[in-house]
This record gives sequence, C-alpha cells and structure tokens, in this order.
Amino acid sequence: MVFLIQLLNGLQLAALLFLLSVGLSVVFGLMRFINLAHGTLFMFGAYLGVACAAAFDSFWAAFFLAPLLVAAGGAALYGILLRHIRRKSPMQQVLVTFGLIFIGFDVARMVWGRFPYSIAEPAVFAGGVQIFGQVYPAYRLFLIALGIAVMAALYLGLEKTRIGAMVRAGVDNRRMAAALGINVERVFFFVFCLGCGLAGLAGVAAAPVFPVFPGMDMPILILALIVVVVGGPGSLKGAMFGSLLVGLADTFGQVVFPEFAAATIYALMAAVLMVRPTGLFPAATVH
Amino acid sequence: MLELCGVNTFYGASRILRDVSLRVPPGKLVALLGRNGAGKSTLLKTIVGQAAAQSGRVRFDGEDITSAQPWRIARAGIAYVPEAREIFPSLTVAENLFLARRAGEWSGEKVFALFPPLKARLRHGGGELSGGEQQMLAIARALLQNPRLLLLDEPTEGLAPVVVDEIRRRLAGLKTAGPAILLVEQNHAFAAAIADQIYVLGKGEIRWHGAPAGLRADVVGAWLGVHDVRD
Repeated sequence: MVFLIQLLNGLQLAALLFLLSVGLSVVFGLMRFINLAHGTLFMFGAYLGVACAAAFDSFWAAFFLAPLLVAAGGAALYGILLRHIRRKSPMQQVLVTFGLIFIGFDVARMVWGRFPYSIAEPAVFAGGVQIFGQVYPAYRLFLIALGIAVMAALYLGLEKTRIGAMVRAGVDNRRMAAALGINVERVFFFVFCLGCGLAGLAGVAAAPVFPVFPGMDMPILILALIVVVVGGPGSLKGAMFGSLLVGLADTFGQVVFPEFAAATIYALMAAVLMVRPTGLFPAATVH
Repeated sequence: MLELCGVNTFYGASRILRDVSLRVPPGKLVALLGRNGAGKSTLLKTIVGQAAAQSGRVRFDGEDITSAQPWRIARAGIAYVPEAREIFPSLTVAENLFLARRAGEWSGEKVFALFPPLKARLRHGGGELSGGEQQMLAIARALLQNPRLLLLDEPTEGLAPVVVDEIRRRLAGLKTAGPAILLVEQNHAFAAAIADQIYVLGKGEIRWHGAPAGLRADVVGAWLGVHDVRD
C-alpha cells in the first residue's frame, strides 16, 4: 500500500507541475520566450493566497483571487519589461528573467520575512479519505482533481475554440498566422497572462501542503523546466506527459533510491533526450 | 489598387529588388514572370510585410502599407498564398479554412464548389493532405479572408501534371468572379493565357511590362528562358 500512497503523492506533484509548466511550455512554443521568473509567480501566488486567506478568512477567496492577482501582475510585468526583450536573444531573456527571480526573492523576504507561512486547507477537504485501509489527506486528492480539471479545460479551450486554433496556428507557424490577419502578439499576451494565472493557481493550491517561504520557487521551477524539456515545448500533451513522468519519477526516486534521489529526474531527462532529442511531444514549429 | 513605387529590398547585404514599380488595378489579374531567383517571391513578401523594403513605397487603396505589421496588411484586404502553402499541420482542414474567415462574398459553400475535394477532408489534419489538396486548401483559406487582392506564389509548383491542369482551370474561373490577383508564375504560356497584364522580373528589376499579346520572343528569351523546364 506504500506504493499506492506514493503513486498518489506522485500524481499530486504532477498536478502542480502541470499547472506550472503548461504556461511555460506554450509561451515558449508560441514565441520562443523563456520566462525563468515563472517560479517566482508561483511563489507570489502562494504569498498572495496567504494574504487573501487572512484578509477574507477564507481559503476559497484566496483560491480564486490569488491567480487573478498574479495574472494581473504578469500582465504588468509584460507591459513594463518583458515586452522589450521579447525579440532579443534567448540569453538576454534568460538573464533578465533570472534577475527577476532574485528581485522576487528579496521582495518576498522584505514583505513577509523569512519564516514560513501556510494556508489552512478548506473545511471540505480538511479530513482524510480511506483508501485501501490507509488514510490519505483529502486535500491532496483535491489537488489531483484540480490538475485534471485544468487539463480538461485547457484541452477544450485549445482544441475546440477559435482562439485555441489561433494559438495552435501561432505555435505551428507564426509568420503564416500573421499573414492571415491574426495579431499573434495579442494571442501571445493572452496566453502569457493565462500562464501566469495558472502559475499563481499552482502557488495558492500548494500553500496548504508546502511551506510558503522566500525561495520556495526554485526547486519547483527546476522541475517545471525539466517537464518542458522532457515533454517537448509548445504542446499541452507534452506538458501533461512530462508532468506525469517527472512527478512520478521524483516521488518514486525518493522512495526507491533515496541515495540517488536528486539524480533520478536528471537521469530521466537524459534518457528521454537520448531517444527523443526534442522531447516526447514537441509542437511542429516553423520559425 | 496595389501600387509599388521604386521598391528596393535587401536580404542581408544583397539587393534582391531594384527600384521595382508595379500596379495591380482592381479586379484584374496581373502575372509576374521571371526565372528562379529573379526576386518574384521577395516581391510578394515585401507586399505582405514579411520582407522589409529599404526604400520605396507600397500603397494599397491609397494607403501606405510599406512598414505596416503583416497582420494589419492582411486585415486591410490582402491575402497571401505562399510558395510552400504553409498549411497549419496541427489544425484540421476546417480549422485551417475558417480560422481567419472574414465576412464577405466567399463562403464555405462557394469555396467547396471551387475545390470539391476539400469538403470530404474537413476533419483531416492539415498535415495529412496531398500536395494538390494543400494547394487548394491554401487558396481556399486565402479566399475565405474575402480579400480585395490575392497574392499567389507559383500555385502549380511541384504538383502532378493532372493536378496542375485542375488548379489552372480553377484559377481561370476565379478570374471572372474574384478579387484582384497578383500571380507569380514560371510558365509564361499559362500566364499569357489568363493575365490582363504581365510584368517580367529579371535579376531584381522589372524588365518588361504590358499586355500579354505584346510579350515577344526577345523578352522571353532574355528573361524567361526558352522552355519552362517544369512543363
């Protein structure tokens, strides 16, 4: 039964990774834009969640407000700074957004201090659920369900709507999409803000499970980047399978080979890249 | 309708277009002829904003579109069918068609009447089509934008002879019912048969223009080659 519990833990991590990596992946696929500060948005989602939960004395207020605030923050960040480095080389994007990680870290430390915060899980999911004789926290099951629900919503949005078709067209061939009269910049901005909002959602959703502290963004940012590389940038399917693989490998790695725990996911990444150098399900992009 | 005045376009340091001036009147079909590498595709790319004119002006309905963003040029009413067709492989045929649809005379019905094979393929992926079907889809996609000007870059290139004939019949049919067309061709016999006006581009410069009947052997010999290797 340890296996089942670890499987659920792995799925829960995969759900969070999916929320975080899907924005990163599609933004990169659409515009070759690398935002390393994506993890910082995750951290601010958690902190803003803490603040909202305290202000309204409600988990659900935090759950719905924090992602919107992070999306708005992402929009502002894009308008003020990122817009200007959109067409620059990847190295400049990496350096600027890497700098944002440090700024975010210091801002979080100045405003909230060094000590960890947490949000109480909502009353509905406060207890445990009996699974094959084991008690498993209900909130963690909710996280898995949240990941699945967001994935389904994104799938429908991307595959069945006109704006979704525009996003896919932009990922396929940005130049031709523009030649059809699609304002790819605006589509990109929309996707970017949505990705920021999902990073914020991942942050607030993680807050009852993981401690909220300055620097909480780094470990998960690295995992999310590995998800993008393993899954193949630009595709929803890639983010989904990448998250599952990395989430499960990381969780089981820590149980099965505790002494190599840190290396498991890197070994996985290396193995995937040897077989599929562009990741499992890369989008077929023309640039 | 479309007017180019003294357009110069460079790729890096090499000058591809030299002082190109050209007009496409409303409702007319203008053919642009020239050998490989003459600069025909670059001329179309300059019009749609994919290549930047170093100097000179591109005007569309009197409006200067020389350095406008490509999506604005498209919205102004210019549709472009590139040489490589550039169908979106992750979109279905239907999505490819209706993604950029704008209201107007051309509807799904009308486009399927022009290119019947597309109707049976609506649910297929854009990447699953044959070369001829891709070309039909690219033209249909452009028509559904309901443009006032259609730019076609070698629509029959690389297709089987029987498909070439079919596409050409459709283009001839389009001429009477459609928008103004600027057609890039290698085959001057076909172009002469359907065009109202012909421009001959050689080494980046307009070498001759006039009515098809005036296209003489010396111009053909100097700038178009004696035989078209593709035909």
